[in-house]
Amino acid sequence: MMKRSNEPVFWSLFGAGGVVAAFLLPMLIFITGIALPLGILPPEALAYDRIHSFASGWPGKLFLLAVISLPLWQSAHRIFLSLHDLGIHRGREFCRWLCYGTALLGTLIPLILLIRI
Amino acid sequence: MTDIEKTIEIEVMRYHPEQDASPVFKTYRIPYASDQSVLQGLQYIKDYIDGTLSFRWSCRMAICGSCGVMINNQPKLSCKTFLRDYYPGKIRVEALQHLPIERDLVIDATDFINKLESIKPYIVPREARSLEQGEYLQTPEQLARYEQFSSCINCMLCYAACPQYGLKPEFTGPGVLALLHRYNADSRDGARADRMQIVNAEEGVWGCTLVGYCSEVCPKQVDPAAAVNRNKVNSTLDYFLRFLMPGGGESG
Ligand code: SF4
Ligand code: FES
Repeated sequence: MMKRSNEPVFWSLFGAGGVVAAFLLPMLIFITGIALPLGILPPEALAYDRIHSFASGWPGKLFLLAVISLPLWQSAHRIFLSLHDLGIHRGREFCRWLCYGTALLGTLIPLILLIRI
Repeated sequence: MTDIEKTIEIEVMRYHPEQDASPVFKTYRIPYASDQSVLQGLQYIKDYIDGTLSFRWSCRMAICGSCGVMINNQPKLSCKTFLRDYYPGKIRVEALQHLPIERDLVIDATDFINKLESIKPYIVPREARSLEQGEYLQTPEQLARYEQFSSCINCMLCYAACPQYGLKPEFTGPGVLALLHRYNADSRDGARADRMQIVNAEEGVWGCTLVGYCSEVCPKQVDPAAAVNRNKVNSTLDYFLRFLMPGGGESG
């Protein structure tokens, strides 16, 4: 019998990250990188107090964690698989830890910071 | 010039593993006609220039799946590819990539056949029916779920296209996974749990990195990449549901 792969865990994070990267990130880039600097949105829109209270509630915390962490899992998975596609196999385990480790750190650090708000 | 006077060059990979250290290329000049297939070109070489050239073919109409070769580096059915698509350029014909060569353009399909057998490529009846009960009926919707995947002709072009199969021959590969899906998606079939064990493995759908070239080269629009992707979803559900459902998911 063939061994069950644990890929579904990484693939689900990859898929979720893909959705976030495709639908939410462009909007966030627009808001933070274009709309605010150009004055399309009033500066108060992202005022410290507002964002702080947003990040204090659980829905806000979850949202922020998702937009920070999930695209990292998406990128980690894509980069790791692309190395394989390109036939780069040297240091495969090292690359695995580097890719998914970055994503894990990018999940744990915001998680701790968000909880402490 | 009429077609009769025109010629075209075909460069063919020749390899006799017993004698040759590595494959060599030989160039043949053959008469050109706009309605001639590359297969007919190879047949001309065999009949009139060099009878030792070996290649497979049977139906000459893109249904037996035996004439797959690399044509100018792309996996193609030689009976469905025409000289006119390359004329006046040169045509380079090689054995299908990623597969061991028996002789010249003839590849060894053993690995593919073994994988095909492993997925139970036939309907295992979900419920036994006696003759008196009549045939198994299906709605058009139930048919639509698998029909496209039943068009596979086992030509192995997708295996020559798949970089994953080239890197890791243990990978079940696009064509066989598409056929696996064809039976799993059939409302009359009852062997899904067995086949899911293959789907769930690293050698199953998880060997795929979604390159997608398999679907591009498929001469029958089977879209094996879609079958693989759908089964990544199935496998993921199976993976997590086994923790929720007593007795495990459908394949334990
Ligand atoms: S899926 Fe398409 S390319 Fe692959 S073996 Fe079947 S018919 Fe050939
Ligand atoms: S000869 Fe049958 S598919 Fe080409």
